[in-house]
Amino acid sequence: MKIHKYDTVIVGAGGAGMRAAIEATKRSRTAVLTKLYPTRSHTGAAQGGMAAALANVEEDNWEWHTFDTIKGGDYLVDQDAAEILAKEAIDAVLDLEKMGLPFGRTQDGTIDQRRFGGHSRNHGEAPVRRACYSGDRTGHMILQTLYQNCIKEGVEFFNEFYVLDQLIVEEDGVKKSAGVVAYELATGEIHVFQAKAVIYASGGTGKFFKVTSNAHTLTGDGQAACYRRGLPLEDMEFFQFHPTGIWRMGILLTEGARGEGGILRNKDGERFMEKYAPVMKDLASRDVVSRSIYTEIREGRGCGPEGDHVYLDLTHLPPEQLDAKLPDITEFARTYLGIEPYTDPIPIQPTAHYAMGGIPTNVQGEVLADNTTVVPGLYAAGEVACVSVHGANRLGTNSLLDINVFGKRSGIAAAEYSAKADYVELPENPAETVIEQVERLRNSTGNERVADIRKELQETMDANVMVFRTEQTIKSAVEKIAELRARYKNVSIQDKGKRFNTDLLEAIELGNLLDLAEVMAVSALARKESRGGHYREDYPNRDDVNFMRHTMAYREVGDDGSDSVRLDYKPVVTTRYQPMERKY
Amino acid sequence: MATPVLDKVEAESAASPYITVTFRVRRFNPEISDEASWEDFRIDIDPKERVLDGLHKIKWDLDGSLTFRRSCAHGICGSDAMRINGKNRLACKTLIKDINPEKPITIEPIKGLTVLKDLVVDMEPFFQAYRDVMPFLITEGNEPTRERLQSPEDRERFDDTTKCILCAACTSSCPVFWNDGQYFGPAAIVNAHRFIFDSRDEAGEQRLEILNDRDGVWRCRTTFNCTDACPRGIEVTKAIQEVKRALITRRF
Repeated sequence: MKIHKYDTVIVGAGGAGMRAAIEATKRSRTAVLTKLYPTRSHTGAAQGGMAAALANVEEDNWEWHTFDTIKGGDYLVDQDAAEILAKEAIDAVLDLEKMGLPFGRTQDGTIDQRRFGGHSRNHGEAPVRRACYSGDRTGHMILQTLYQNCIKEGVEFFNEFYVLDQLIVEEDGVKKSAGVVAYELATGEIHVFQAKAVIYASGGTGKFFKVTSNAHTLTGDGQAACYRRGLPLEDMEFFQFHPTGIWRMGILLTEGARGEGGILRNKDGERFMEKYAPVMKDLASRDVVSRSIYTEIREGRGCGPEGDHVYLDLTHLPPEQLDAKLPDITEFARTYLGIEPYTDPIPIQPTAHYAMGGIPTNVQGEVLADNTTVVPGLYAAGEVACVSVHGANRLGTNSLLDINVFGKRSGIAAAEYSAKADYVELPENPAETVIEQVERLRNSTGNERVADIRKELQETMDANVMVFRTEQTIKSAVEKIAELRARYKNVSIQDKGKRFNTDLLEAIELGNLLDLAEVMAVSALARKESRGGHYREDYPNRDDVNFMRHTMAYREVGDDGSDSVRLDYKPVVTTRYQPMERKY
Repeated sequence: MATPVLDKVEAESAASPYITVTFRVRRFNPEISDEASWEDFRIDIDPKERVLDGLHKIKWDLDGSLTFRRSCAHGICGSDAMRINGKNRLACKTLIKDINPEKPITIEPIKGLTVLKDLVVDMEPFFQAYRDVMPFLITEGNEPTRERLQSPEDRERFDDTTKCILCAACTSSCPVFWNDGQYFGPAAIVNAHRFIFDSRDEAGEQRLEILNDRDGVWRCRTTFNCTDACPRGIEVTKAIQEVKRALITRRF
């Protein structure tokens, strides 16, 4: 075991982690621990754009953006945070441009902007061009630009280091962060990083679904590490299903395709979104479009022999426009489906995409131990966190914005904290839990296999807690997850070695997914209403009287060592916008 | 070594899309042996699936110790470059049906970088060459309050080289790099090109001097392996030629 000492440790090197690292490195001795090489992070898969009311191509302002974000989140958004997001969006885009990001340009040479779902002029009048983009590679460009600037700033990376435990020490009844414990993939060695400040920026949890746009590595490691140490997870029942994933594969096809004029059609060729969202049509918010697609499929208007998908039609758009604005997604259709998007519509279905919930933070990125108490020295930003700027449903292009605005904020806040704070003394045997976990898995002779349990988990999640949910489906997910968690205790791995043992890490990741799936299902069961991405067929309406509040899920450990999820709730911050009926 | 029994499988499975293929994988684990060796795995797979899906079937169902990097699984993150049937490709962007599944599919680590385990190589020298070309925008003078202006034509000038995902398929397909790991390699030159030809950047001269080095662009023998290998369709050799030309004319 090695012990390292840094002022600031950042867990994860996607957009949020690297944006934080650029700030933190300027101000404090910083280490970035990442389970992947930084440029492998899933920020790179984001396509369509990053919202900011630059008003480069038409009238726009950040207040309209704030309103759209709150409405898009079905009023579960904390409005003070949404204001910050929309207001600081402009500088966030300009920062990236100055760092070198190759944005698409207007004829005047300014940053070009395109339409995106849920973004509107003057509180819902009509779609507005607010998304700054670089072809359909905006996430790739952000990830590359941030990595390039990390090199410029001399950011210190520990690549292929998996953070497996968050060290929390209680001093005078206050939970404080002392550091993290990491596993080095190349050698199997355990490292303890003592740090005055820790920032989680480790991304989402989407791999507990089967059809998902998420990378294999998005297994909720940061959420799980904090949750197991008694910290809450907020709004985990809210998961976004992106309307246009490649049929059966789930690979993302950007909403920018509809922003460029693409149309969703059912088997009769009908532009069905006109029925569900007369104003915004195909550019309604993602939850609305995904439900509309499944409604078409359920009512027998799906495409293909099994009627299990619909079409994304780009055939009316000029090939030059597709080549210039949507080069990657048209190539995906050719590579993975053998379809030519110039002439043929692309079969799509909703795909699990984004966790609105996560580790609760305030607007400085400070992690909360309950509804109000900050954990000194602990921060989170990006998909792992819940500020909450996305509420019950995130607007497209607001995630690339979130990672930049709150990545920067948490990087500055953490470094400023570590400049004045002392180290929290490490607990005795700080790596004990991780060593025990790793050794148990390595030596297990149980008869359960990681791949089997993961497959069954993904199948139950797709079947029971996806776009449509009922008490019955969620209960069967809860029961199945409990069974799988019990079976997980008997899981064994084949690779017993120390060197690059990805077999071991996949087993650990599965444990994280199982814990988070349980939190999600239990949170969903208790929310007896429909709001944003959480749609209950048995409670089809939003219930502001009983559920205009954030879910806070805590892990409870019984005297016998068994654990369960305890739910509490937190009020929503409302500043200017009273809840209204949500129409597009 | 066994050969696949395609005829039988096809006859049996008129309705099933699955075929049986052989993956012939180069294995190396210094914890077990100093020698690398070939190992055959037979798997049932839909030919429309990816080579990465096949590797997962092996890892998840047959041999958990098989080790490779992967993440996004659709050609964006650059983790899973490997040598498939003798050509550098991304395993997640290569469909079984496109690489003649009737014969064993050979899978090896990319060449020119030290193999650490199975298909995992040491990427550090590759990233060091990338860092050496100063891959970040360098400007002089005061920053404007708004964005720097750039015409669509100027933006288009370097679009091709912005697509790089640092997968190392190009660099590890280059015979010069195989023979001498000191050569910067195509990927680093591509990323230098991305800034040299960006109208906003003001350090083109410095980057050209770095690439004018003994281990710089002049080592390129224009074999086009890199262009063939690039999973993003970047015209790598052309980019290298443009850098060479810029070195001679000092115009870019």
